[in-house]
Amino acid sequence: MSDRVVEFEILRYDPDQDETPRFQTYSVPCHEDWVVLDAINYIKDELDRTLSYRWSCHMAVCGSCGMVINGEPALACHAFVRDYPDQIRVEPLHNFPVERDLVVNMDDFIGKLTSVKPWLIAKDPKTIDEGAYLQSKAELSIFKQYTACINCLLCYSACPQYALNDAFVGPAALALAHRYNQDSRDVGRSARQDVVASNPGIWECSFVGACSEVCPKSVDPAAAIQQAKIASTGDYFLDFLMPWRNKAADDGSNDQ
Amino acid sequence: MSGPYIRPVSRTGWWLTQPRYVRYMMREISSLFIGGYMLIMITGLYRLSQGPQEYAAFLAALLGPAGVAYTLVTFVFAAYHTYTWFIVTPKAMPLVFAGKRVPGSVIVAAHWVGFAVISVALWLLMTAQGV
Repeated sequence: MSDRVVEFEILRYDPDQDETPRFQTYSVPCHEDWVVLDAINYIKDELDRTLSYRWSCHMAVCGSCGMVINGEPALACHAFVRDYPDQIRVEPLHNFPVERDLVVNMDDFIGKLTSVKPWLIAKDPKTIDEGAYLQSKAELSIFKQYTACINCLLCYSACPQYALNDAFVGPAALALAHRYNQDSRDVGRSARQDVVASNPGIWECSFVGACSEVCPKSVDPAAAIQQAKIASTGDYFLDFLMPWRNKAADDGSNDQ
Repeated sequence: MSGPYIRPVSRTGWWLTQPRYVRYMMREISSLFIGGYMLIMITGLYRLSQGPQEYAAFLAALLGPAGVAYTLVTFVFAAYHTYTWFIVTPKAMPLVFAGKRVPGSVIVAAHWVGFAVISVALWLLMTAQGV
């Protein structure tokens, strides 16, 4: 089987030399079963060892190789070359500072992720010796899709709201906050609400839905954010009607 | 030495860069046309309160070329708004029935059925009243 030669236009940026990024073209003989990441690895190994990019698992699990491929945020390991035309343009993820070539700085996301406390906050914390926190299959099914997030940042790259206002907490962090808020073993919702229910939190989202369309793991962050909006709106009215409820919420209560 | 490069984002033209952003803007802009139609309805009520001749003049204006054109455009936008709104309802309101997630397609279909039933009921009510 003969290889197909594909022109890869790769965004290059060297912070020590370049004022602005530029595109460099490489001709790559691609196998039929190659993904874009294979072609980039070929460029690195055979054509230009100065090219910088991130990757690790090559199986859509680690979330490292998120890039913009022909204008669409995608995992380079999940994008088959055969599904693209003979010219493929590869750029770093949108909406993040470009450190070098295809590598972006994701510090902003890491800070936001931490701010929503994406870990289990149990009412009565157990030691390891006391065993696991138990949960039924039905309880797991409520939030399981949100656990699939691999922090690949395709959703932030696709989100025009984040592009226009980088104070927005953003899709993945809010989806993970919702994941723990929906977890029957967790009582940390009120501790997360300061960030989640703030203006730069869920209320900055205008439900474009691009995050869910590009998500490679079907997490559906847009759904998580809309559900959090409804729950927070319910809080607002219930607090108004039942002021004594505030006290109870501080002790930790769940959405569902 | 330039440091990390921050790519500029057009604050006015961003929505033209992706078809999905254009679809989103169309969904949002549809509200303006529907809002405008509400103003026409309120004007109609006001003209009705003024008397039969004033109301007849309002109806005549509404049936003029501009009125018909605006109504048609609003109808298309309202249909698009309804279509997009029904599609997103399972995201905002996931249902669990007997311990299982109700499929999104069922929730969307239920909305269309409800929409059809209410439309037919209103139609019957209006024809019974001779409107």
